[in-house]
Amino acid sequence: MLLHARDLVQRFDGTTVLDGLSLTTGDIQSLVLVGPSGGGKTTLLRILSGLDVPAGGSVSFDGVPLPRDEAALRDYRRTVGTVFQAYNLFPHLSALDNLLLPLVHVHGLTPAAARERVREPLERFHLAAHAHKRPAELSGGQKQRIAILRALVVRPRRLFFDEPTSALDPEMTSEVLEMIRKLKAEGVQFVMVTHEMAFARSIADEIAFVSDGRVLASGAPADILDRCADERLRSFFSRILI
Amino acid sequence: MCYADRMPRWLAHVVVVAVFAALVAAAFARIEYAWNWAGVWEYRQKFVQGWLATVGISFAALVVSMLVGGVAALCLSSRLPLVEAVGRVYVEFIRGTPLLVQLLIGFYVVASAVGLDNRYVVGTLVLSLFSGAYMAEIFRGGLAAIPQAQRDSARAIGLTPWQTLRLVILPQALRLVLPPVAGQLVSLIKDSSLLSVIAISEFTLNAQEVNAFTYSTLESYLPLAAGYLLLTLPLSALARWLESRVRFEA
Repeated sequence: MLLHARDLVQRFDGTTVLDGLSLTTGDIQSLVLVGPSGGGKTTLLRILSGLDVPAGGSVSFDGVPLPRDEAALRDYRRTVGTVFQAYNLFPHLSALDNLLLPLVHVHGLTPAAARERVREPLERFHLAAHAHKRPAELSGGQKQRIAILRALVVRPRRLFFDEPTSALDPEMTSEVLEMIRKLKAEGVQFVMVTHEMAFARSIADEIAFVSDGRVLASGAPADILDRCADERLRSFFSRILI
Repeated sequence: MCYADRMPRWLAHVVVVAVFAALVAAAFARIEYAWNWAGVWEYRQKFVQGWLATVGISFAALVVSMLVGGVAALCLSSRLPLVEAVGRVYVEFIRGTPLLVQLLIGFYVVASAVGLDNRYVVGTLVLSLFSGAYMAEIFRGGLAAIPQAQRDSARAIGLTPWQTLRLVILPQALRLVLPPVAGQLVSLIKDSSLLSVIAISEFTLNAQEVNAFTYSTLESYLPLAAGYLLLTLPLSALARWLESRVRFEA
């Protein structure tokens, strides 16, 4: 994917969250957004995934600009997948029904075809035994892996992860990161917000450092994490890296 | 551990009802009330007819009040100020004034003005509007209790607003509103007794008439209480069963 974001502005109740953010990537498979809390990472991700419309500026993927009206944006969201920090599974449906719902109601598969579609991924990620449980009966790691599968089984062009492991303990975190690593190996494109720096370094084709509503630096992981001259980056990394 | 911790639920209910009935019976025995069931028995047809009228009116008002409440709840949740105001004014006026006054004005003023003279239709409509105002607040609360994250998630997978309401919001809100809705429906059935003031021949009016004919007040009104329980108890049981069907942990 070639991402090109230009002069993005976003305000909530008079607070400027994105302040003329611009970011251009090479033709990459994975982009990781890092930076301090409140810096605008999630806001940027919500715009990229078509959930919010920026107050100003424009975004394009592979040269195709994101639409601004809700109906066209909904069509766009149907071609991508979004995974949230707090799983956001539907609590009244079983894990399986959470996976089937978008396939049947959005993508027009018959229930039988949808079941067939999710059977193999459920097995591959060791979730078949939990498919009939409601979200409340699943561990945090299982919930998040189901949420990733729900985004994945519709065969999206790319996935967006918003701090997918922030609510998880270390063991579950590694479960979920391992799954994302597998997806990368299978060629899935994604943009991810995370605080897992070691993981970001190993998985990202490019890293963008977002702070104060702007991209302060972007490029290959080594360039950003090791050789960056910017004072704000170095102070950020010195605080979160041991 | 004592037996009271382990006794079956149905047995507990039977015990409590038996003790309560014994207390009431003791009270009647103490005042040495002279029962006159024979006089009232003559008029048993009136009880049956009145009860059936109440069943019909309650059922119709139950359906209409849920529709009215649903629409009003959507008004209350609207982002358009004028639509929200319509819902708010309706709910506050209806909840803040007595049903008695609403029935009298609804029948003698509004219905007369528009030429609607079927008192059963008018009575059912007024009762539905009355109950609908309470339903509206219950539904609005249920809708508002669903976290924003659920709407985000629904949008993220590409659901339309209507699909989001139908597949995500309503099934979860249903679980929340079932107990208060059941309570409101029980109230509605009892509130229908006020329709007697516009001379609708429902259960309460018939009991009042039997009382006037026989001068046997308690013998006229005790069957009235039993008749309402006959409607409200199954309704409560049905609500509890539905509640167990839609239960899940959020």
